[in-house]
Amino acid sequence: MMEAVSTIPPFETFYVEHRTEVLGVLRKSLGSQRAEDAFQETFLRALRAYGRLTHGEHLRAWVLTIARNVALDAHRRERPGGELPEPVHVDGLPAAVELAELTDGLPDTERRAVVLRYGYDLDYERIAHALGSSPDAARQAASSGVRRLRRSMR
Amino acid sequence: MTFSTDLDRRFRDAAVQLELLDAAYDTVASPVGDLLVAATRDGLLRITFDPDPDAVLERISRDVGPAMLRASRAIDPIRRELDEYFDGQRRAFDLSLDLRATTAFTHRVLDELARVPYGRTATYGELASRAGRPQAARAVGMVMNRNPIPIVLPCHRVVGASGDLVGYAGGLERKIQLLRLEGAML
Repeated sequence: MMEAVSTIPPFETFYVEHRTEVLGVLRKSLGSQRAEDAFQETFLRALRAYGRLTHGEHLRAWVLTIARNVALDAHRRERPGGELPEPVHVDGLPAAVELAELTDGLPDTERRAVVLRYGYDLDYERIAHALGSSPDAARQAASSGVRRLRRSMR
Repeated sequence: MTFSTDLDRRFRDAAVQLELLDAAYDTVASPVGDLLVAATRDGLLRITFDPDPDAVLERISRDVGPAMLRASRAIDPIRRELDEYFDGQRRAFDLSLDLRATTAFTHRVLDELARVPYGRTATYGELASRAGRPQAARAVGMVMNRNPIPIVLPCHRVVGASGDLVGYAGGLERKIQLLRLEGAML
């Protein structure tokens, strides 16, 4: 049988590998108390999307993005219209960090789409999961983000 | 950083309760050693004596999907029946089975196998006849060897024409142990 390029591990493996880091990131962003609900929500979202993954690459970046979205949602619920929290810091991805500085001025959805596409090299299917939208909408958000960046650099 | 076992359990329970899993699994302790037991929403999918759970889990993942989690809550009803069986309190299992990964012939043979009563034995040839293929004793042996749900589908009750135990995928020791438990062997 042909081996796929990067097979998707059983969810158990993925969960055990990333749960400690995800909880740490959420604690930093939300505090110990609220981090527990956010932790559950993060991995339930990941579990719902897991069967639609097409390969097993970038799973760490993927779950950290979900965690970040869950934290953002929690902050929004808490303080509608308030300031956004510190972005979740992801180590070892300098391209994404560099890009994050560049994209700070973009609307939220466009910024996330651009960073995931060009910083993390995720496909639109995966980005759609992270954004909670369709692949078409993700593609559109990324390309209008890039157009906006071009305009701002002129 | 310590990881809260309570938080972990709550997530696993929620995943089961929300029916988000392709399969749940857990380890069940038994007199014939630790068993890895996996189930889908449709029923019991796999029991294995395999000491290498990773390989088993990957195979299950290919069969039913990757959304698999160790979740004792989903396996508890099966654990209860296995415990009763090993305590000598249960002679037949009352569990729905998920045999999606088997071919038509295998399915027919396993159906017949399920009818071999507690504490009795049948030969490979007899089972082949009952499945409508009297010449297929060897193929029946193969099906027994790859039985996805040993113990519950009692391949330990199938023996050679001369009464020899012949073999058991879980090792002959376990076959003898199970037949003794059922009083089929002294």
